Amino acid sequence: MSDLARSQNQETFVLNLGPQHPATHGVLRVKLTMDGEYIAEAEPVLGYVHRMHEKMGENRTWAQFMPNTARLDYLGALSYNHGYVKIVEQAMGIEVPERAEYLRVITVELNRIASHLLWFGAFVLDLGGFTPLLYAFDDREHILDLLESVTGARLTFCYFRFGGLYNDIDDDFITGSRAFIKRLRKRMPEYHDLVTKNVILITRLKDIGILPAEMCRKYGATGPVLRGSGVNYDVRKNEPYSVYPELDFDVPVYSECDSMARYMVRMDEMEQSMRIIEQALDKLPAGPIMPEKVPRMLKPEPGDYYSAVEAPRGTFGVRVVSDGTNKAYRLKLRSPTFSNLSLFGEASQGMLLADALALMGSLDLVIPEIDR
Amino acid sequence: MIADLKSEFAPLAPVAIIETDYQVKGYHLDVEVGAGQVVAVAELLDRRGFFLESITGVDWLGKTPIANQVEAAGEPAAVADSEADAQDGAAEKSAEQMEVVYDYNHTGGELCRVVVRCRLERVKPEIPTICQLIPGANWHERETHDFFGIKFLGHPDLSPLLLPEDADFHPLLKDFKV
Repeated sequence: MSDLARSQNQETFVLNLGPQHPATHGVLRVKLTMDGEYIAEAEPVLGYVHRMHEKMGENRTWAQFMPNTARLDYLGALSYNHGYVKIVEQAMGIEVPERAEYLRVITVELNRIASHLLWFGAFVLDLGGFTPLLYAFDDREHILDLLESVTGARLTFCYFRFGGLYNDIDDDFITGSRAFIKRLRKRMPEYHDLVTKNVILITRLKDIGILPAEMCRKYGATGPVLRGSGVNYDVRKNEPYSVYPELDFDVPVYSECDSMARYMVRMDEMEQSMRIIEQALDKLPAGPIMPEKVPRMLKPEPGDYYSAVEAPRGTFGVRVVSDGTNKAYRLKLRSPTFSNLSLFGEASQGMLLADALALMGSLDLVIPEIDR
Repeated sequence: MIADLKSEFAPLAPVAIIETDYQVKGYHLDVEVGAGQVVAVAELLDRRGFFLESITGVDWLGKTPIANQVEAAGEPAAVADSEADAQDGAAEKSAEQMEVVYDYNHTGGELCRVVVRCRLERVKPEIPTICQLIPGANWHERETHDFFGIKFLGHPDLSPLLLPEDADFHPLLKDFKV
C-alpha cells in the first residue's frame, strides 16, 4: 500500500478470528486489527483449552501422569509418550531393551506420518481444496488401524512404559506396516501431481509468509517451521536418542523460508519416516519389550532433569524437578507450537488476511498442545 | 564450547557455574545468577547464537532448593554430617524462595544446552524481562507470571495468557488451594 493510501485512510477495525473458526483448528482466537484487507496487528489469544497439566503432574505419581502426555498433542501423541518416559528413564538410569527401542521408533514414525497426513489434508482445505483431505484421511485410517491393533487406542495413546512398552507387535502389524508403506509410496506422486504442482497452491504459498531463520531463532521456533527456513536442526540427529543413530535417514531442509518450504519439508519428512520404518522393521531384534526389573515405586534422585524429543511439530521438552518422592516436584512441558505460534504476531504484520491464514496453516497448530 | 562459555560468564560474576553430566541431567552447563544479571546473560547467549527454549519457575516453599553441587576435584562426596549442617543453615536462609529457570539451546554445531537459574525472594518475586532482547521470551514470561505470580519488570503485558482473563490466582504456587 502506498503512503498516500495509508494517510488518507487511517481507520482500522478489529476482527475476531475464532475461537470457533475452521481455520484455527480448534479453539485459538486471534484478535486482528485490520487496515482494509491488510493486517495491522495480530494478537493470538490463548487458553481456551488450558487444563493445567503441569499441576496434575505434581499431584500424580510418575506412572499416573502417563495418560496426560497423549492429551497434549493428540495428533502426535506417541512422541509425547516418548519424551516423558525418556526423562524418567534418564533420571532413574533404566535400561530399555533394544526391541522396545525399535518398536518405539516404528510406532512414533507411523504416528508422525499420520500427523503430517492430517496436516496435509487440513492445510489444503484451509486454502480451499476439499478433495485432498479425503485422500489423506483414507491413508491415515490405515495407520490408525495399525496403531490401534498394538496400542489399543487410535489417538490418545498410552503405549510406552518406563523401560519399555505395554504390548508387543504381531506378524499382522509387520505385514500391515509394509503394505501401508507400499501404498503410501504410490500415493505420494499422486499427491504431488494433484496438489504440489497445482498452480493455485503454488500461487498461494510461494514467497508468502516469509519467516527468516533469525526470526525463528529469536522466537525459539523448531521442527518443520525451522527447517523450512534453512536451518538443519532435528533433535533426532542433533541430540540422538533411542535407536535413531542406527538408522539411515535425511533431514529435509528448504531455505526459501516461505509457506511452500514448510509444506515441502513435511511432505519430504513422510518419505523419510517411511525409510526409517522400513529399516527398523528389517533390523527388528527379538527379545523382551520390558527390562527384567523395573522398580515398582519410581523415585528419581533429587535434582532437575531436562530431555527433548523431536515431535511432529518440533522440539518437545520436559523439565522435571524431583525431590526424591514418587511424584514430580515440578513438571514443565515445553511444547513446540507454543513457540512456533509466538512469532505469528510479528510475521503476519502487513500481510493480506488470506495469506496470513495460509501462514497459520503452514505452522501446523494443535491447540491443546499450546494451551496444555 | 563449554570452556569458552565458562570464561565468558566469569566477568558477570555468577553465583555458581557448574558443568553437569549431560547423560543424566540432559544439559551441559548450569549457571546461577542474581536477578540483575539475567539480561546480561541473555545478551551473551544470544550473541553466541543460542535460542531460548523455555522459561519456567519453581516454588521452593518451605524447602531447601535442590541444586547441583560442585564436586571438589579428586575428593569423594562430602562427609554426611557436615553436609547436613550446611543444608540446615541453607534451609533457614532460603526457606522462602522461588526460582526462575531459563533453558537455552543452540542449533548449529556442537550440542550445548545451558540452564540459567535465578533465585528470588518469595515475598517479592521480581526479575527484569528479557523480552526486548528475545521476543520469544514474551509468552514464556507471561506464562510464568500466570502460574507463579513472578513479575517480569518491563514486560509490556503481563495479563493472563493461559489462565482466564480475570484470574487473580497462581496455580503452581505450592500453597495454592483450589
